[in-house]
Amino acid sequence: MKIAVCVKEVPDSGPLRRIDPDTKRIDRSGDRSLNAFDLNAIEEALRLNEAGGGGEVVLVCLGPDRALESLRKGLAMGADRAVLISDDAAAGSDLVATSYVLAEAIKRESPDLVFFGQQAGDSDGAVLWAAVADRLQLPVISQVSELEVANGSVTAKRQTEFGYDRIQAPLPAVLAVSDALNEPRYPSLKGIMGAKKKPQEVVSLADLGVPADRAGQAGSRTTVTALHPPPSRGDTQKIEDDGSAAQKILEYLMERKLV
Amino acid sequence: MSTLVFLEHHGSNITKPSLGVLSKAASLDPDTSGIIIGSGVSGLAAEAARYGAARVFIADDARLEAPLPQARVDVIAGLVALHGFGNVLFGASVLASDIAGGLAARLDAGLNWDLADLAVEGDTLVGKRSALGDTVLVDVGWSAEPRLGLIRAGSFEPAETPGAGAVEQVAVALEDFSVKAQMVEQAHEEQTGPSIEEADILVAGGRGLGSPEAFKELEGLAALLGGAVASTRAVVDSGWYPYQTQVGQTGKTVAPKLYIACGISGAIQHKVGMQSSQIIVSINKDPNAAIFDFSDLSVVGDLHAVISKLTALVAERKG
Ligand SMILES: Cc1cc2nc3c(=O)[nH]c(=O)nc-3n(C[C@H](O)[C@H](O)[C@H](O)COP(=O)(O)OP(=O)(O)OC[C@H]3O[C@@H](n4cnc5c(N)ncnc54)[C@H](O)[C@@H]3O)c2cc1C
Ligand SMILES: Nc1ncnc2c1ncn2[C@@H]1O[C@H](COP(=O)(O)O)[C@@H](O)[C@H]1O
Repeated sequence: MKIAVCVKEVPDSGPLRRIDPDTKRIDRSGDRSLNAFDLNAIEEALRLNEAGGGGEVVLVCLGPDRALESLRKGLAMGADRAVLISDDAAAGSDLVATSYVLAEAIKRESPDLVFFGQQAGDSDGAVLWAAVADRLQLPVISQVSELEVANGSVTAKRQTEFGYDRIQAPLPAVLAVSDALNEPRYPSLKGIMGAKKKPQEVVSLADLGVPADRAGQAGSRTTVTALHPPPSRGDTQKIEDDGSAAQKILEYLMERKLV
Repeated sequence: MSTLVFLEHHGSNITKPSLGVLSKAASLDPDTSGIIIGSGVSGLAAEAARYGAARVFIADDARLEAPLPQARVDVIAGLVALHGFGNVLFGASVLASDIAGGLAARLDAGLNWDLADLAVEGDTLVGKRSALGDTVLVDVGWSAEPRLGLIRAGSFEPAETPGAGAVEQVAVALEDFSVKAQMVEQAHEEQTGPSIEEADILVAGGRGLGSPEAFKELEGLAALLGGAVASTRAVVDSGWYPYQTQVGQTGKTVAPKLYIACGISGAIQHKVGMQSSQIIVSINKDPNAAIFDFSDLSVVGDLHAVISKLTALVAERKG
């Protein structure tokens, strides 16, 4: 099967994540890596093809040139190639614009399955797949915690607010996977060495035939108008366990009459 | 302005987050309508009227029976084309998020998610949301209509504010691709487990426990403290612990006196289910774990070592 996996490069989690007060966008200057939730999507794509007698796994990413470095991690895991859409005119794309650009890139590939991770660690949107599926006019199943592909269709289990559903859709289809679906593999040394040589195509909006007013700020429909620090949590404490943490927790709970 | 609120239902009730959004929207905009989509749902219109809907649109069709998103995008997109709503609002849920995302693409409309509050400034809607794991609050807007918004569950309590509730049936026309996904089996709770909502103390375990067996350690501590054991979606989806004990967006919302989070990263979808706990103590080996951003006592360390010692200390104290 040919499987496209949409992956995003995100800032490393940590104390330095912040929004740039001037551009009101997420500060992308620090260390960055492949969105951890997307590793589950890559892993599942690899497993499906390993079990089903081959195929191709293509990573698709909208991001700056530098994102190639993060994409190499996915190639090292075993993906066959990467397509990076990199264009200054695409910076600041919101959901509407991002979904348009990604859908155009995916159309060129005509995959049997399109995978997404459960959420981007920096935006926590968990909505992009639905927008891309609508643009591709394909069925979509989200929050997938188990899946099976057989006889040209996919059956998936998902959790909602009310328990578990089981949903079936014919291929091609769009799936967003839960981070509990599998355990992503670590790239082997051979995988890491080989990743650099795998095809990595960098395309512009023009290459995809995306009109400039469909991407970036011009193609976006949402704005950020003001930033505020959140209310302070008041009196909080942080300790490193040096063997005495349990004792400190006990004292803390006793002071508050919780034990 | 005119506003449309998607009213999700489960069984014979409109969900609480949807009613909360409806009554909030009605307080901001008297021209607020609700839409109920499903099969055999006409009876729900009265409830919508009670929470402020001036009009209630009903899309009733056997093909809309299962709670799947894409056919609902068709229905709402059609209604927006007909009436030109300025705002289309949703109480966040798995279904609502997938509808809102699809609708954004279909209408080329802006979608803001995770909104915790809404306000009208001048003649336009402004959303308030937190971002980056709640480390910053942002005011968000829309540069075109309709403005689509997903409101974080629990942000607005439903308030009874009667609206006229004029009922209108909606013609249902569906795209071929929208009915390709089919429900095979709908919403069943896999296992049963203890109720965690009444407990004063919850000891919660996440994937950091490393194995289902490790939950025994937490059960020991919870028993000594007179509490119960809670969990995250990651461990429930992995089959480590029952769904009944899951805290978060698609699990339970709890507010115990004490919540001890062990090996839990603190994802936003988990946080929304436990942030009202009076005291939050968390143990995580990653000093940058998001859970520490909203804990009263943060312990950086290995949970197995800390929990076994803490259990022994509490046992000793209890004699
Ligand atoms: C629509 C939607 C709905 C969702 N609903 C929910 C929901 O209702 N509830 C929910 O919980 N999640 C929900 N999620 C999933 C959520 O985003 C996270 O994926 C999930 O909460 C992660 O669970 P976790 O913290 O157990 O696992 P992880 O994120 O994997 O975190 C494990 C943590 O354990 C720590 N750790 C590992 N080993 C040790 C050790 N030995 N000692 C100490 N610490 C250790 C790690 O540092 C890490 O921080 C939802 C997601 C989506 C998209
Ligand atoms: N810029 C991007 N390029 C490619 N895929 C993306 C991008 N942003 C998000 N995704 C995918 O969409 C999923 C959900 O993202 P979000 O809706 O932003 O939380 C991620 O897990 C990725 O699979």
